[in-house]
Amino acid sequence: MSKIEIKKFNLYYADFHALKNININIEEKRITAMIGPSGCGKSTLLRSINRINDTIENVYTSGEINVSGENIYGDEIDVDALRRNVGMVFQRPNPFPISIYENVAFGLKVNRIALNKNIIDETVERSLKAVLLWNDIKDKLRKSALNLTLEQQQRLCIARLIAVAPHVILLDEPCSSLDPVATQKIEELVIQLKDRYTIVVVTHNMQQAARISHNTAFMFLGELIEFDKTEKIFTNPSKRETGDYVSGRFG
Amino acid sequence: MIKLNPKLSQKLSYTILFLATVLAVVPVVVIIFIIIKNGASAITWEFLTSMPKDGMRGGGILPAILGTLSIVTCAIAITLPIGVCAAIYLSEYAKNNLLTRIVKLAIVNLAGVPSVVYGLFGLAIFVMFLKLGVSIIAGALTLSIMELPVIITTSRSALNSVPYSFREASLSLGVSRWQTVRYIVLPNAIPGILTGAILSISRISGETATILFTAAAFSVPHLPHSVLDQVMTLPYHLYIISTQIPNMPENVIFGTALVLLLMVLTMSFVAIVTRIYFRKRRKW
Ligand SMILES: Nc1ncnc2c1ncn2[C@@H]1O[C@H](COP(=O)(O)OP(=O)(O)O)[C@@H](O)[C@H]1O
Ligand SMILES: [Mg+2]
Repeated sequence: MSKIEIKKFNLYYADFHALKNININIEEKRITAMIGPSGCGKSTLLRSINRINDTIENVYTSGEINVSGENIYGDEIDVDALRRNVGMVFQRPNPFPISIYENVAFGLKVNRIALNKNIIDETVERSLKAVLLWNDIKDKLRKSALNLTLEQQQRLCIARLIAVAPHVILLDEPCSSLDPVATQKIEELVIQLKDRYTIVVVTHNMQQAARISHNTAFMFLGELIEFDKTEKIFTNPSKRETGDYVSGRFG
Repeated sequence: MIKLNPKLSQKLSYTILFLATVLAVVPVVVIIFIIIKNGASAITWEFLTSMPKDGMRGGGILPAILGTLSIVTCAIAITLPIGVCAAIYLSEYAKNNLLTRIVKLAIVNLAGVPSVVYGLFGLAIFVMFLKLGVSIIAGALTLSIMELPVIITTSRSALNSVPYSFREASLSLGVSRWQTVRYIVLPNAIPGILTGAILSISRISGETATILFTAAAFSVPHLPHSVLDQVMTLPYHLYIISTQIPNMPENVIFGTALVLLLMVLTMSFVAIVTRIYFRKRRKW
């Protein structure tokens, strides 16, 4: 079943045509990877799925993106509610400069999802356990999140999302500032999370896409060149550009 | 062209830079030294807490101290909230179109308008047109308009220094734009905003020209009891006793200057401590 349907989607930064007629169906509770050379529009497409691109001036779109059957570019959409459903993890870990606990509790408190202290405590614990961070930090919940390692910070950012119970998690090159060991651990985490969340991950690391995803989209110069099962993309792609890219002949 | 050897030119430039620094520091030190040397003897408890006597040649300067404090307090209470709100609007909400750019440019330039011009404006609008008379409130309103551009500018740079990634992180949790400003941006900008505010306070404490038109009196025989009162103020009082009153004891003049100086320096010092304190705590 597809959780996200992108139909004839175009996006312009002022007069620069960054996404050209994109059509993809993203499966529920699966990991979908987006690969392609730098500047091809992967982040732009990802950022369109929770409308975080709205914060940039002079962005124009056409076409539809349906999340759970609802067009998120429709007139009646509540953008804040959309973003609660479709959370995002960024390239550089960006915890708030407050305590670990407050980072995870932030969305709950501000969105008034939970106001009761016990429920918040429970949710914080559950979210930190889900990202396998709980055992390392349960004694320093009140310490600043900025003291954590980058890998821990990235886990924390995922926990912070999980706390507000999204359906979809978008990850934009979540490992690009991490070392190989930390990268592997985050990959393992992402694989674990797929049972409960629909995950879309942008990566410039093809091995990563091959290791963790079910489906892979290959983008080039703002166009979606090919979208298929990951195995097929990496072993027997239909398009020549895809083959060239995954075999490392360009990009 | 004469080619100096590198060692020598290094030494020469070092010396020139050092001398320039000395030139900048020496006058300040000398001024402070002279004021302390000539004024310290006047500073007594009585000087700080009593009314002037003998045609201002004796007694204390309490009304001037209170006058300055009340004008400055009112002014900052008016200008800070308005300035911060305007800064939030400009930094977080306003679209970057021609109108916004003109407004921003105007604000930067308003900060450079001479204070005497604001004084005349205050006289025309607050004292005469709104019939507030020469009073604390007229002076405070004038000063708050004068400081508004400065507060807006420092607050905007404080807001802009909060990393964009914090805003994105908050928005992507489904937190609304206003709540993001309220709970993420503003708390992280407070140190910068406060520092700017305190420096503004110390700047307007010494302001004379605007106050002259809108709030200050030559002499008021009682302490201020309402915002509609005229008041004595330290800078204006200093001007009067040093130019208008014959046979003024020198130590009273310097003592008054010292009190004003201490007020302003204390404020700057508080600003510096605030900044250091908050800087130590944040780590991005
Ligand atoms: N805010 C922006 N304003 C204008 N152009 C942008 C902006 N963000 C990205 N672009 C352009 O859009 C294209 C796609 O960018 P991006 O989605 O970041 O690529 P990727 O993530 O695949 O590296 C690039 O050519 C980039 O220069
Ligand atoms: Mg990118």
